[in-house]
Amino acid sequence: MNTMSSSISAAAYTRSKGAATPVPDGQRKDTVMENKPEDTVIEEGKTVGQPFTADPKFKLRNVDVSYGADRAIKNISLDIGRNEVIAFIGPSGCGKSTFLRCLNRMNDSIDICRVKGSLELDDQNIYESKRDVVELRARVGMVFQKPNPFPKSIYDNVAYGPRIHGLANRKSELDDIVENSLRKAGLWSEAKDRLDAMATSMSGGQQQRLCIARAVAVSPEVILMDEPCSALDPIATARVEELIAEMSESYTIVIVTHSMQQAARVSNRTAYFHMGHLVEVNKTDTVFTSPQHPLTESYITGRFG
Amino acid sequence: MPNNKDQVYGGHISERFNNELLELKTRFLEMGGLVEAQTGSAVQALTANDSVLAEQVRAGDRGVDQMEIGIDEEAILIIARRQPAARDLRLVIAVIKMVVDLERVGDEAKKIAKLALKLEKEGQMSLGYVEVRNIGRHVHAMLHDSLDAFARLDAEQALRVMKEDKRVDEEYQAAARTLLTHMMEDTRNISRCMSIMWVLRALERVGDHACNIAENVIFMVKGEDVRHTPMEETERVVGR
Repeated sequence: MNTMSSSISAAAYTRSKGAATPVPDGQRKDTVMENKPEDTVIEEGKTVGQPFTADPKFKLRNVDVSYGADRAIKNISLDIGRNEVIAFIGPSGCGKSTFLRCLNRMNDSIDICRVKGSLELDDQNIYESKRDVVELRARVGMVFQKPNPFPKSIYDNVAYGPRIHGLANRKSELDDIVENSLRKAGLWSEAKDRLDAMATSMSGGQQQRLCIARAVAVSPEVILMDEPCSALDPIATARVEELIAEMSESYTIVIVTHSMQQAARVSNRTAYFHMGHLVEVNKTDTVFTSPQHPLTESYITGRFG
Repeated sequence: MPNNKDQVYGGHISERFNNELLELKTRFLEMGGLVEAQTGSAVQALTANDSVLAEQVRAGDRGVDQMEIGIDEEAILIIARRQPAARDLRLVIAVIKMVVDLERVGDEAKKIAKLALKLEKEGQMSLGYVEVRNIGRHVHAMLHDSLDAFARLDAEQALRVMKEDKRVDEEYQAAARTLLTHMMEDTRNISRCMSIMWVLRALERVGDHACNIAENVIFMVKGEDVRHTPMEETERVVGR
């Protein structure tokens, strides 16, 4: 078999044809590449990489979420930076959507859901009892997996939020908000001549951008996106991704995605969730070229899902 | 215990992806084996005045070139089909870079074979052969060890290869001085000594390419680019 001989020999031929490369026991230290995901023990509350930032929009500490007896989120601490795009990735059921929904208290509607820990938006507790949830959701908007426009006109979909929040005093102000929002969502040129048309008559990609326009219309500070492109074709997906890049100048964006390539394309930082743990947070460029944690590596290289 | 190869190239949900990466690795090592043999044979042909072997080396370079094209094609297809990430991405990128080095080593072997034919025609004389044999053995071992480090994903062995390069450079300088002495002693030696110098130069380049391969192995294993990095820093990366 293979030898370690370094003399001039034909050893290379045997090496290349030999099926396995034997490694004498104890001769080599473990490298990251040799770790098997199933052998990896996750320590609760231990996140590798850089979960914290200097100027956080969200400051989340020791967050625990449970549905009845099931702990969905296990002691997660994370900062989400101002005007950053952060992607949450991980296999189904890892808790990324649950965690996302804590950020604007979308879990409140689920009776058995309990959120513990400290969750702060601009140093203010999101979960304090006197907090106005409607106001919170205006600051922290959300775009869902399936486009869900109201069965109303395009105009009314965008105008709905500003109307109930009393953001416009006159019709002309409302018109401006609608136009600006549609422009920000990259939909103005397609929609400007058919503002009275039913939103449901639009294509899926247009409907999703309409939902983004609707979220933007109430001037939020943060936009949460829960798999915003999973129901869209590649061209509509590319449009939404382009939009995310543009919007990141004025908003903080948190995106949950099952498409790892999408996370790689749109985000500044990537957070990898696994079975309710936050395993790794790092710059996206690092995560996709040399992730620190073997579980992250296994997931993004398609070794388990 | 599953063997090393299964964990590094395999383990994907897609069995075909596993096979594609394994195939890439196998073909690269086959090319490495061929280039290693070409280098060894070129030195052998020269020092044994074996013109038949030298002709074989010259002809063999076409095979090396073909393998380079085939491996690149395979790597490009993997990128297009799989969008590899992390260690898979590093493997594919490293292979694409390392085949360039292997192909160049192949060219150096061909160059040496040509010079062997020239020297053989000019008469059989062993002036400079000791130096060729020594440096030849040295860089051949470096090449072998760098490919071995790739096969076993052994960053420490790759580091040892990189450290050898300094010694090769010293041997090359010493050999050049010896040849210079021969030339000064008898001007009739100049033509022959110049040819030997070209051979040594080619061998020294082989050592450089082995180092490049070793750098890529460290990149694959450790995820850090150690090109143009001081040796202490490289040691730190490998030691992590």
